[in-house]
Amino acid sequence: MHIFKNLKIALIILILTSGAHIETKATEECFEGVSRSIFKFNMAFDDLILEPIANGYNKLPEPIKNGTSNFTSNIAVLLSIPNSLLQGNISQVGHSTGSFIVNSTVGILGIFNPAEKIGLKPYKEDVGQTLGAYGVGPGCYLVLPILGPSTARDSFGLVADTFIDPFAHVTIRENELFGISGNDLDYFSVKGTTAIDFRADNSKNFDSLEKNSIDLYSSLKSVYLQDRENKIRNSIEDQDEWGNLDN
Amino acid sequence: MKRIGVYLISLIFFFQSPLFSYSSNPKDFVNELVIEAITKLSDKNLNKLQKEAFVEEVALENVDINALGLYTLGELRKSASESDISDYQKSFEKYFLKSLTSRLTDYSESEFEVLGEDKKSSNYTIVNSKVTPTDGGPEIKIDWRIYTKNPDKPLIRDLIVEGLSLARTQKEEFASILSSNNNDIKILISKLQEFVNK
Repeated sequence: MHIFKNLKIALIILILTSGAHIETKATEECFEGVSRSIFKFNMAFDDLILEPIANGYNKLPEPIKNGTSNFTSNIAVLLSIPNSLLQGNISQVGHSTGSFIVNSTVGILGIFNPAEKIGLKPYKEDVGQTLGAYGVGPGCYLVLPILGPSTARDSFGLVADTFIDPFAHVTIRENELFGISGNDLDYFSVKGTTAIDFRADNSKNFDSLEKNSIDLYSSLKSVYLQDRENKIRNSIEDQDEWGNLDN
Repeated sequence: MKRIGVYLISLIFFFQSPLFSYSSNPKDFVNELVIEAITKLSDKNLNKLQKEAFVEEVALENVDINALGLYTLGELRKSASESDISDYQKSFEKYFLKSLTSRLTDYSESEFEVLGEDKKSSNYTIVNSKVTPTDGGPEIKIDWRIYTKNPDKPLIRDLIVEGLSLARTQKEEFASILSSNNNDIKILISKLQEFVNK
């Protein structure tokens, strides 16, 4: 009951700090000074820990990298199923569920991705996206330690994810589901590996952005917010903002 | 002396070759331009200066740098003085060319394929493409916003990489710098110059 009370308070704060429009473009900062300090810490963390690990990971043979990436992606699909359901997107529920079942069985615990070959798409949906789909705006922008860019809505979503994600249910909540259970270490190992896989995949993109930005903090903010808008819409929508420059 | 002579002749040949006339059809325009850029940038016989010169020539001819500069300046373009806008445009062009060269060099070891086009209006066509890095990295979808007001001379206005608009990212980066500095365009200009000179 205590957890639900806290969630209720967090939800009220979220509604107060976010507009009810997903079209919000120039997302205001919650506390820019603090966020910039956390950003510096995150960059140092990346330089000292994440990037060297990602570089090492990139040197692994392709089959190992692909297998790891497939395995973590397959587990991440579990979070999409309840979220797609909450969004009323039955087609996505079917794709995600089918993808998880096929890859977990035929694909040997998700190491291989035969689902893709039969046209099943493993959609990635989270609570932040579900709230966005319901019209909850991003609220103010902030940077979280280690986790990076976020908004009021998405930070709330991160916490809420752990309540509806079946994988979190059997690991950090230590419940049993279909005879399977785990612990905190399983959960954080998978999340950590997902982060390393993402960082390794985007190594060149990060380097390029860092090299070509005058204010990297703002560039990453823009990239994050655009990405979230696209994920909420489930499409890459062309946004014509060129206005009177067309004349 | 002989080596300098050969170098000069090759430079003259390089700059006089009919490199920069591409098709007026947006899809073919992007395809021809990118294929040539990838070929040049991965050519081991060309040195860094020659590659930079190539990118600059192609960008000046085929990218709407003037409109891009005004777009990235946001609302300030309506209130800033003409001389400030002019100074900004000069600095922006140098900044853009330097960052474009760097970005293209980063992605030159890739295979490129145009997938299709979508005519949005008489002014705009979006050309869809994908880039597959030869080092085994993930495939990248790139959409090109092509300005077609003059149908004989299409111009690139934006690259949308996996749904992320480079022009919008640039605009929001500049907006942040401006808002932290009382919307002083001179500070933005000095930051652009710092980037060019570093």
